[in-house]
Amino acid sequence: MVIMSGDLSELLKELNIRSVDELFKDIPESIRTKMLGLPNGMDEDEIRRVAGEYVGMNKTVNQLHSFLGFGLYNHYVPAAISNVVNRNEFLTAYTPYQAEISQGIMQALFEYQSLAAELLQMDVVNSSMYDVSTSLGEAARMAKTITGKDEFIVPKYISRNKRAVLDNYAKGAEIKIKEVDFDDRGMIDIDSLEKNLNDNTSGVYAEYPNMFGIIDTNVPKIKETIGDDRMFVAGVNPISLGVLAPPGKFGADIAIGEGQVLGLGLNFGGPVVGVFGTKEQYIRKMPGKIMGMTKDHNGRVAFSMILQTREQHIRREKAITNMTSNQALMAVASAVFLSLLGDSGLRKIGEVNMGRTRELIDIVREFGVKLPYDGSPVFNEFLIRLKESKTFVNRIAKKYNLIPGYMLGKEYGFNDRNQVNIVTNVTERNTSKDFDAFREFLREVA
Amino acid sequence: MYHQAVFDEPLILNVRGRRTLKIPLENEKFKVDVPSIMRRENIGIGDREEFSVVRHYVKLSEMNFGADSGFYPLGSCTMKYNPKINDEIATLDGFRMIHPLQDSSEVQGALRLLYELSESLKKITGMDEITLQPLAGAGGEFTGLSIVRAYFDCKKELGTRREVVVPDSAHGSNPASSHMAGFDVVQIPSTEDGTVDIEKFKEAVTERTAAFMITNPNTLGIFEDKIVEMANYAHSKGALLYYDGANLNGIMTKTTPAKMGFDIVHLNLHKTFSTPHGGGGPGAGPVGVVENLKDFLPYPLVTFDGEKYSNDYVPPKSIGKVASFYGNFGVLVRAWTYIKMMGEDGLRDACETAVLNSNYMRKKMQQFMPVPGKTIKKHEFVASSVGANMPKAGDIAKHLIDNGVHAPTIYFPLIVPEALMVEPTESATKTEMDLFVETVRQTLKLSHEAFEKEPVNLKVTRIDDVDASKNPKPTLRMVRKEQREPLQQMI
Ligand SMILES: Cc1ncc(COP(=O)(O)O)c(C=O)c1O
Repeated sequence: MVIMSGDLSELLKELNIRSVDELFKDIPESIRTKMLGLPNGMDEDEIRRVAGEYVGMNKTVNQLHSFLGFGLYNHYVPAAISNVVNRNEFLTAYTPYQAEISQGIMQALFEYQSLAAELLQMDVVNSSMYDVSTSLGEAARMAKTITGKDEFIVPKYISRNKRAVLDNYAKGAEIKIKEVDFDDRGMIDIDSLEKNLNDNTSGVYAEYPNMFGIIDTNVPKIKETIGDDRMFVAGVNPISLGVLAPPGKFGADIAIGEGQVLGLGLNFGGPVVGVFGTKEQYIRKMPGKIMGMTKDHNGRVAFSMILQTREQHIRREKAITNMTSNQALMAVASAVFLSLLGDSGLRKIGEVNMGRTRELIDIVREFGVKLPYDGSPVFNEFLIRLKESKTFVNRIAKKYNLIPGYMLGKEYGFNDRNQVNIVTNVTERNTSKDFDAFREFLREVA
Repeated sequence: MYHQAVFDEPLILNVRGRRTLKIPLENEKFKVDVPSIMRRENIGIGDREEFSVVRHYVKLSEMNFGADSGFYPLGSCTMKYNPKINDEIATLDGFRMIHPLQDSSEVQGALRLLYELSESLKKITGMDEITLQPLAGAGGEFTGLSIVRAYFDCKKELGTRREVVVPDSAHGSNPASSHMAGFDVVQIPSTEDGTVDIEKFKEAVTERTAAFMITNPNTLGIFEDKIVEMANYAHSKGALLYYDGANLNGIMTKTTPAKMGFDIVHLNLHKTFSTPHGGGGPGAGPVGVVENLKDFLPYPLVTFDGEKYSNDYVPPKSIGKVASFYGNFGVLVRAWTYIKMMGEDGLRDACETAVLNSNYMRKKMQQFMPVPGKTIKKHEFVASSVGANMPKAGDIAKHLIDNGVHAPTIYFPLIVPEALMVEPTESATKTEMDLFVETVRQTLKLSHEAFEKEPVNLKVTRIDDVDASKNPKPTLRMVRKEQREPLQQMI
């Protein structure tokens, strides 16, 4: 396929040149390429066939009994979302640098910020970050900027993906990452947190639900433990906030979360969207683009990209962040999701997730399987320990076309070859057939 | 004559009604035992019907302008046409409904696609290995500069190699990313002809330099023809060369960053490779490196043993990760589709047509406005609205959007006063380009008063951005906090 724009001879004539080659003669001969070795182009019918073959090599979660979550969740995606985000005027626009002709997307992003701010009960939310992992990295940098201190504390158990991204951001900003352990209920150990604090502590990150799915009831104690001159960064699962209290209630200075759960689907991990909120007093230290409500010269309500003096195109190396493109369309998708569900839908979907997870936990218990943190409240994920080898567990799971969850390996300190630790996720999309498959699986591995 | 739709559309939070969307297991009752301290009370976003939501966003979309709405010559952003087949392929269930933590045996098709995309990008850039993980161009820069950091750390030279050298024409994300990766930024000036001042370059690049970072064609749309000399010089000082690939469309298939001597490259798939920009994102910023930097790439890399694809390769000195999973997969699928459909000839044609269009517009614009730097441009050019009675770049932009033509990038690069950075791309007809030039020409005759009133054909007229930032209202919550009456009424 060649996307050409009509007859070029007229343009050549205007330029008084015979061939486009003359426009490339400033590229020295010594560095010209002849052929790159890419194949010939295809037409649409061919690419459909090829892509059809590739998708045929994938097994979708719809073709499996999947209980796999661990940071990316198989939630229901309402049809209206793709309809809205595929509106050409949104889909094919650039960042709204010309505000007057881009009020539609700017209002949509302002609405996303406003909806997310209600959900989190934070004053300000930016118009999107890349994902939750980079949000954590930026939060650690922001904590350093605000406090002038350079030690940032994170739980011992957060997903390696988040941690590996955080470590990269920390290196560049010369931030030291320290870890705080969990107590025997799988929650932040407040005593050990207190011991970890010192004059250099810039902030503390804690999650609810955490990596094991646990609704950490120690989180409400963190802000008072660390005090006003250190930042509390709360990590939340946005779809849990219909039933769980918002981070604003616990005094979070920064709140982050993976917005993928808000109607974005799986897409092999991207595009997703980092949700990032803070308190009013820190808005000028917050990364990311922010839409603000204002008025035009005729007094009409208008939206404007505010506080741009924090950004790279003006501040260059002194900018708060390098981020330029973000995940705007995913923020719009999340806004559509939140407005479609509303208060009642968010509450309902939270209850369904918690309720169904409780049902699966009961089943697991019936089989006498060990739940390392049994008794700790969970949202839609929980930890199972099986006294079998990983190879055996995998074989049985395959037999029933099941993904029982995410298996934690030695990167999390789980070294025992004779047991398997699985983080199992249940969402509103898991059917009774999925549960039946899980039962069959347990019958053989428990 | 252009008229944008105008609706006084309330905020969706204030559109209230009854929820019509049904949630799976809607009618089942569940026992939910949240500990009381962790229990949510009210939420505060209200309920509404699905049709109300859709009508609302359709109206908002009608008050927006995308590359499918009309000519969009926004410089540095490569707003080429986004083929619709890309979206169709990316939303196939077999791509949409897979989880990145699934066993590699269950996602062979996805891994094959990623592998092939990497292979194609290797050919296009001449690099030896590619990571697809970075989520946008600036994310790619941060990745590349983290690799620079790790490389010198490994060589025990990080203590002295503290600087990244960038031209004064560089995009702001270049110095910002350098700083985030822990480097100091040294800026060097450009010459009259718009290219790097070689003498100043040689003064700036020393044993303290970790990397020299540049885009070529540069942000003036000019090919830096001394690039090989600069590369050799930087290498002789032990520094690495970083290629900002935002402008690849101007040279694609004609030369490669590898041939020019670069060690690290990021690409903006949402520019050169036709993936839609979504009103700000998502994009994708793959990073390619030469052989001796391969070991530093983020993990995991997709590998192929001739039979099956794996996703667990961790380069021995990997910098770690720069995103949660494999990058913006949906964007990567679109770019893969584009490259497959274009083939090598198509990519060459895209580049040639983009450069031809740009030079055609440059020549027309030059008749009434200075276009600094060397005459021959690549995919874009920067006009400078200076001189007696010349309108301000910002005013020209407002006149253009008022006439249904998207404005060029303005006031960038910073070294050109009253800059208008025009990038027609290959997706522009002569008629569209002529209309653009004529619309700009009209502004030469407009009075200050006439400009003040524009735009009139859009949802709103000019906005006081300074006031909006002085008194920030980023959420409805904050608006309510302030209780500013007039605004309250209209939303
Ligand atoms: C020259 C240049 N470099 C880097 C970037 C950053 O790319 P992105 O917006 O994908 O982060 C841009 C785009 O804005 C650019 O134009």
